[in-house]
Amino acid sequence: MPKEDSIRAFIEECGTGDLAAYLISAEAAETGLSADELRASMAERWDVMRASAAAALESADRSLSGLTGGMGARLYAADRALPGGETLRKAAAYALAIAEYNAQMGRIVAAPTAGACGILPAALLTAIEQRAGHSPVLNNNIPQELIIDALFCAAAVGRVIASRASVSGAQGGCQAECGSAAAMTAAALTILYGGTAAEMEHAVAFALMNTMGLVCDPVGGFVEIPCVFRNVMGVGLALSCADMALAGIKSIIPADEIIDAMREVGDSMPAQLKETGLGGCAACPTARACARG
Amino acid sequence: MRLLDVIGPVMIGPSSSHTAGAARIGRAARSLLGEDTARVVVGFHGSFANTYQGHGTDRAIIGGLMGFLQDDPRLCDSLALARAAGISYTFKEVRLRDAHPNTVTLDLTGASGVHVFVRAASLGGGAILIQEIDGLPVRVSGDAPTLIIVHRDTPGVIAKISGALADAGLNIANMQVSREAQGRGAISVLELDACASESTITALRAQQGAGRSPASFGAAGQSPALNDIIRVTWMCG
Repeated sequence: MPKEDSIRAFIEECGTGDLAAYLISAEAAETGLSADELRASMAERWDVMRASAAAALESADRSLSGLTGGMGARLYAADRALPGGETLRKAAAYALAIAEYNAQMGRIVAAPTAGACGILPAALLTAIEQRAGHSPVLNNNIPQELIIDALFCAAAVGRVIASRASVSGAQGGCQAECGSAAAMTAAALTILYGGTAAEMEHAVAFALMNTMGLVCDPVGGFVEIPCVFRNVMGVGLALSCADMALAGIKSIIPADEIIDAMREVGDSMPAQLKETGLGGCAACPTARACARG
Repeated sequence: MRLLDVIGPVMIGPSSSHTAGAARIGRAARSLLGEDTARVVVGFHGSFANTYQGHGTDRAIIGGLMGFLQDDPRLCDSLALARAAGISYTFKEVRLRDAHPNTVTLDLTGASGVHVFVRAASLGGGAILIQEIDGLPVRVSGDAPTLIIVHRDTPGVIAKISGALADAGLNIANMQVSREAQGRGAISVLELDACASESTITALRAQQGAGRSPASFGAAGQSPALNDIIRVTWMCG
């Protein structure tokens, strides 16, 4: 099976070498771009992600619909002991803030979609902060090269999901958007923390088995409620899945098979639950009242 | 699918279909008009009609018409910028038959009085499809450099066009021709492997006749302008 269609296939094709280097060189051969050009383009995306996080935490604006705004900044600044601890608070605050920033017509990176754009940057920013100063391997700083590597591995995972299932809420429900983003993020975190390709595959499987069947039910049809909170779910999930995989816990089901199941579940979902704003949270009486304004 | 399309594009939120795709449609329509917009009537169909304000679809369309890319922060302020530039815009809801849920119609008048009607759909993930230009059906994704030529349905026009491209060493990747009726208005859409140079476009435009749209043909049998090529439009990036 080609590497676009199977996580197992690209891991096996890579063999014992460096996964990111293999993916980048294969992409270079197919696009005619050099490895340096590809890395530079991904670095630009990383810069936009960081800028969006900084701008998002500064912003107290409401969205165009008025449904969301200011919640990420509020969580980030929360001045009391929280049960989730510092890491989870920061990760959730970044994800919420970036997702809200997207709803305010902020400049973001779709990863893999705009609706799920908070998950990947939030997790990476938190993991880097977490690592700075404590790292036995990397000392105080994670070099940018490693972040770019992690992003390419995440993109390769996302491409398989797009090919075998879907990354569109209208086609596969929220499992396809926030679920895919969580899986890509779990992959990136595993690579960032020195995990193997096999560990990365387990992290992806864990994430997707937890979002299996998640419906896309935006209130009023806007990418806001529950979407911004699903970004929070996605980042927490990705951190836990990477933790499990790095601790050596293995999924008995290969990620590729779970992606196939995800497709079947998405295909059998009724239209009301796929980005039409007619089912799930969107169908609650209060949600309908909000949508009417 | 390319890896940089999975993490990407960089865009102004909130929605790849309702915002980024809408900005791309606006920009494509600007190319089709070939000059600055003076007036536009935007018709929103389906999901676009229900949610265009909350998704900033209106701002994205107008920003695109002003030439802003899908990641340009000015998209958010485009309505005020358009008013300041003297562009008149109107939004309305339309009901189209057999249309994609995210379909928009643009009735455009340019600064020199040129008129174009465009219908397009935003397919998701920022992908777009222009489906109609001045009443003639087309399929234009805007992903490749694209030459769109309105011409008379008469023998030899296609040879004239492809000859000009061959002279410039340009390869045609994809080509569609459709017409209103035999001998009347027709449209050719040519996707190329590379952007045409200014001189190639100028050479094609030098063959343009006096008419500006298929509507100018008038009743059947009436002789059109001297030349067969009526309007040359070019989209590249």
